[in-house]
Amino acid sequence: MELTDLTLHELRGLLAEKKVSSTELTKIFLERIAAVNSKVNAFIKVVEEEALQAAAKADQRLQTGDTAPLTGIPLALKDIFITEGIETTCASKILSGFIPPYDGTAVNRLKKQDAVILGKLNMDEFAMGSSNENSAFGAVKNPWNPACVAGGSSGGSAACVAARMAAATLGTDTGGSIRQPASHCGVVGLKPTYGRVSRYGVIAFASSLDQVGPLTRDVEDCAIMLQAVAGYDPLDSTSIDTPVPDYPAGIKKGVKGLKIGRPKEYFIEGLDPDVASTIDRAIATYRELGAEIVDVSLPHTDYAIACYYLIATAEASSNLARYDGVRFGQRVNPGEGLIEMYRQSRAAGFGPEVKRRIMLGTYALSSGYYDAYYLKAQKVRTLIRQDLNNAFEEVDVLLTPVAPSPAFRIGEKAADPLQMYLSDIFTISVNLAGTCGLSLPCGQSQEGLPIGLQLIGKPFAEETLLRTGYAFEQATDWHLKKAPL
Amino acid sequence: MKITRNEVEYVAGLARLSLQEDEIDALTSDMDAILAYVEKLNELETHDIIPTAHAVPVENAFREDKVRPSLGTAKALQNAPESENGCFRVPKVIE
Repeated sequence: MELTDLTLHELRGLLAEKKVSSTELTKIFLERIAAVNSKVNAFIKVVEEEALQAAAKADQRLQTGDTAPLTGIPLALKDIFITEGIETTCASKILSGFIPPYDGTAVNRLKKQDAVILGKLNMDEFAMGSSNENSAFGAVKNPWNPACVAGGSSGGSAACVAARMAAATLGTDTGGSIRQPASHCGVVGLKPTYGRVSRYGVIAFASSLDQVGPLTRDVEDCAIMLQAVAGYDPLDSTSIDTPVPDYPAGIKKGVKGLKIGRPKEYFIEGLDPDVASTIDRAIATYRELGAEIVDVSLPHTDYAIACYYLIATAEASSNLARYDGVRFGQRVNPGEGLIEMYRQSRAAGFGPEVKRRIMLGTYALSSGYYDAYYLKAQKVRTLIRQDLNNAFEEVDVLLTPVAPSPAFRIGEKAADPLQMYLSDIFTISVNLAGTCGLSLPCGQSQEGLPIGLQLIGKPFAEETLLRTGYAFEQATDWHLKKAPL
Repeated sequence: MKITRNEVEYVAGLARLSLQEDEIDALTSDMDAILAYVEKLNELETHDIIPTAHAVPVENAFREDKVRPSLGTAKALQNAPESENGCFRVPKVIE
C-alpha cells in the first residue's frame, strides 16, 4: 500500500500522529504525478516549488497542534479557479499567460487551512464539454482505460483523484461537470446547492448554474472538503447566508426509514444495460439498509437538455464577452481598428465548442428571438424546478444514474455536438433547479469501467446526501477499487 | 432550415467573432440541428408560467458603502496586452 492510496481522512490521521510530514507527503504526490500524469493528462500545471513551500508552512503548523482539517493535505484545483501568481487558463488559448492578481474565495479558504496546492487541472475549455476533449491542452484520458474519456468538464479533477495524484480536488458543475466525470472515473463528486459555495474567483461560464464542489476518494473526504469551502461570502452576492452544518459529523446517521425516490423518467430506453443493472442493485442495497424506495415522476425531464443549452449558452455568451484582448488574455491586432482587434482576438483564442456556444447564446438573446428561446427556456426551467419540489414532498432523496452509459471512447461523440449534449440528460435538472447532487461509485461495466450512482437532495440538504452515500459505501466496496494504471 | 448562413454571419458580428468560411458552414449546420432540437420546448404550454432567472430566490444583496482596499492600478494592469500611463491601451476607436 502506497501513501497515495490512502484517503484524505486517513492521511490527516497520519499527519496528526506525525507519522508523516506534509513535506514528505507532498514529495510523494509530486513523484506520483511525475510517474503517471503523462498517461492521463490531468495536470495542466504542477507548481512544485509553491507546493513545497506550503508544505513547509503546514509542517510548522502541525508542530503547534493548532491545525485545521486540511492542514498539510496535498490537493489540486481545476484550472477554472483563479490562483494568485499561478497561471490560470481555463484550458483556453485566450487566457494563455494570464497570472491572476488575487485568489478566489474557495482557494483562500483552503490556504487558510494550510492545505498544499499541487497544481492546476485540465478541463474542457471554459467548462464547456462533457468529455474533456475540448481542451487547449489535449483530452484527459480515463485512468481506467486511456482509450476512453474521463468525462467533463472537470475531467482533470476526477482523473487526478482516480489516479491518486492528489488527496482530493475541487471542480465546478454547471450541468453535470463534477458528477459525470466522477462517475466515469470511479470517484465521489458533489455538486452543492446553488449559493452554498462562493463563486468569487471562479471563472464564470453560466452564472445562474455554476457551482463549486469537491471530487474525492470517498464520502467522508467529500464532507471534509465541502466543510472547508461552504458558507456565505460577501464577495459573491448570490452566495446564501444560511448556517453551515458539521458535514463530517452527520455522515454516520444511516438511512433507516429514509424515503428514496426512483424517478421513472430516468430509467429510459437507451439506458446502457450495465448501468441499468448496476443501479437496480444499488436500489436493492438501499432496501436492505432499511430505506423505503418510492416510485416518483419528474414529467419534464425530457425538456431539461433543450432548456439548459439555451440558458447556459445565453449566460455564457454574456460572460465570455469580457475576453476581448483589452484587459487580460491574448490580443491579435491586425491594425484595422478596435472592433477588428476584438474579432480577431476572439477568433484566435476560443476553440470550436466555445465559439459554438457563444454563437448559440448570442442568437438566443438576439432581438426577435429572445421570447421564443431564452424566455421560453426560463419558463420551462420553472416547470423542471417544480417537478423536483413536488417529488421532495414525497421523498427525502432521489436516486438515479449519473450518465446513460459508462465512459465512451475518445473521439466517439466529438463530431456531433448534439449527441454530446444528450449525454448530460441525468445531471442537468439539478443545476436548473439549483439543488444538490452527489455522484458515487456503485459498480463497473463488463469492460471494467466505473459506473456511478446519483443522489439528488432538497436545496441545502447536502448532509442528507452525504449520509445516504456513506451508508452505501459502508455496505459495498466500489469506492475502494483502484484504477489499473 | 432554422437558421441560414446569412444569419450565422450576422450573429457572429454581434458576438464579435471573426469566422472562416468553413467555420460558418459548420456552425450553420450545427446550430440548425441544435435549434431544431430545442423546438421541443414548444410542446409545452407556458403562457402562465413565471420564468426562473435564479433557482434559489435571492433579493438584491445590499452591503454598507464602506471604503476598503482595492486591487490597485499596477495589479489591475499586470495582465494587460498593452498599457500606458496607468491605462489600458487599445487600438484607435475614432478615425
